[in-house]
Amino acid sequence: MKYMLLIGGDESAAAHAGDGCGGWDTEMRRRGVLKDARGLGPPAEATTVRVRADRLLRTDGPFAETKEQIAGYCVIECADLEEAVEIAARHPAAGYGVIEIRALWPQ
Amino acid sequence: MTPDVETAVAQAFKDEWGQVVATLIRVTGHWDLAEECAQDAFALALARWPRDGIPRRPGAWLTTAARNRAIDRLRRDAAGAAKLREVAAMSYPPENESSDEDRAVPDDRLRLMFTCCHPALALEAQVALTLRTLAGLTTPEIARAFLVGEQTMSKRLVRAKQKIRHAAIPYRVPPAHLLPERTPAVLAVLYLLFNEGYSASAGADLMRRSLTAEAIRLARVLARLMPDEPEATGLLALMLLHDARRATRLDDAGDLVPMEEQDRQRWDAAEITEGVALLDGALRRGQAGPYQVQAAIAACHASAATAADTDWPQIAALYGRLATLIPSAVVRLNHAVAVAMAEGPAAGLELAAVLAAEGELAGYHLLPATQADLLRRLGRGAEAAAAYREALALAPTEAERRFLRRRLAEVTAAGLPAAGLPAVNVQDLIERDAGGRAEGVPGVVGGRDERALPDAVRDAEQPGYLALVAEVQGGPGGTEAARPGGEHVAPGGGEQ
Repeated sequence: MKYMLLIGGDESAAAHAGDGCGGWDTEMRRRGVLKDARGLGPPAEATTVRVRADRLLRTDGPFAETKEQIAGYCVIECADLEEAVEIAARHPAAGYGVIEIRALWPQ
Repeated sequence: MTPDVETAVAQAFKDEWGQVVATLIRVTGHWDLAEECAQDAFALALARWPRDGIPRRPGAWLTTAARNRAIDRLRRDAAGAAKLREVAAMSYPPENESSDEDRAVPDDRLRLMFTCCHPALALEAQVALTLRTLAGLTTPEIARAFLVGEQTMSKRLVRAKQKIRHAAIPYRVPPAHLLPERTPAVLAVLYLLFNEGYSASAGADLMRRSLTAEAIRLARVLARLMPDEPEATGLLALMLLHDARRATRLDDAGDLVPMEEQDRQRWDAAEITEGVALLDGALRRGQAGPYQVQAAIAACHASAATAADTDWPQIAALYGRLATLIPSAVVRLNHAVAVAMAEGPAAGLELAAVLAAEGELAGYHLLPATQADLLRRLGRGAEAAAAYREALALAPTEAERRFLRRRLAEVTAAGLPAAGLPAVNVQDLIERDAGGRAEGVPGVVGGRDERALPDAVRDAEQPGYLALVAEVQGGPGGTEAARPGGEHVAPGGGEQ
């Protein structure tokens, strides 16, 4: 099963932006479960695009105005949800932000 | 069809439905297909058993029939390699053709219980799935039992099954190191089911009231499948000991009858005997968790020949122990009531005052109701009346308001000596209320202590649970260590 871990946090989580993930990625790559992982630019610099009635609408900022924003993502491949939870729980961001686990549809 | 066959099929449905569905889910990996094929198998039994006779092992017959049906259906709409693989996977020899005794593999029903009660599912979904797949209740029946629309319940079940499939929630009994974290969720769902039925009023839908029987049946299965988990046995004992008093808890008007006034002749002696024996066996393992302690409290009540014989000092001590296992203000309120019964109203009032000062129970009618009762017994009529009025303003049900108004009238009646009133406590109210509150919840097994059982020998006449329960208290912090990070909000506290 492939899952995406969406790393989220509120403004206070920004303080951790430079933290890296404390060896988590090295360990998970060695274990063979981590396929991809990146941090994202700040939500304030996001551009949101919609096309309605053939018109391109551009908005400055993220699509959802919520306190918690996506700060990064990882793609993992593992046996089942239980292993995914175990992997996510080890990520340092789980200690100050939130991690949403979403299954990727099979290709 | 002869009534015999009808009875046999109905009995097989009660006994075997969960097993058939659980096995079919394992072999096909499809929850809906498993349920449909199980249904087909029972329909086939109704057609065949009158002609061929009732099979020697109805469960094996039904599982085979359901499996064959699944193969047929998959062959018929087999499209693509995935489906064919599923058919191939079904060539495993059926597990329950072998006898129960020599089966080394985990029972499929246990897998099913742990999967239904997986913490990644919402609690209400866990409960609904358990009733549907393990107990065999239909969606309309479950909807009726939980007072929600059929469509709502149907959606809830569909979503839960989809999540299990799409998010790949594994179909298995968790490995040993995860059991302490996961078992409480299963116990909590069964206890919630029990409380839903137990707290239903006399006029409530029969389906709702039958939840206690379903819960007891599932708890029996769980206790048998997890012989090394004394909390599972403790839960079964707790249910039986509560259920034994069922016929006497409400009067004809549906009002609560305080335990002191219940007709003990009508308590179910067989259930009490069984519950006490089960609790005995569980406690001797020396790992008294919240269910065993609550069962011990219930056993103290159930084995008192008269209300006056109730061993309140022991009950008070057990509540003290329970409060260390379940950090809940409702449990501490129960403790205060028990202390009042054991040491006098003043001692209980002191504990209640501490709770009132902490404010955690603000707005909870049973705190002022308790204080009112204790003040009444101390002869402080005016203060008691004020507390009864406070409780009345907060009480959520008409039955409780009636009870409180009666008491209020008693304390305000001029010249009536308070000492002449029966010493009624509000514990029944608290107990009744606890079913609906997600508080005081034995959501975590606390204080697992692997030390050898103390050599406490108990007097068969007077249960002395305290010795067994208190001995395991030794491990400081053990309770905290065993908590699964609070990720699972468990239901239905059942303060006795």
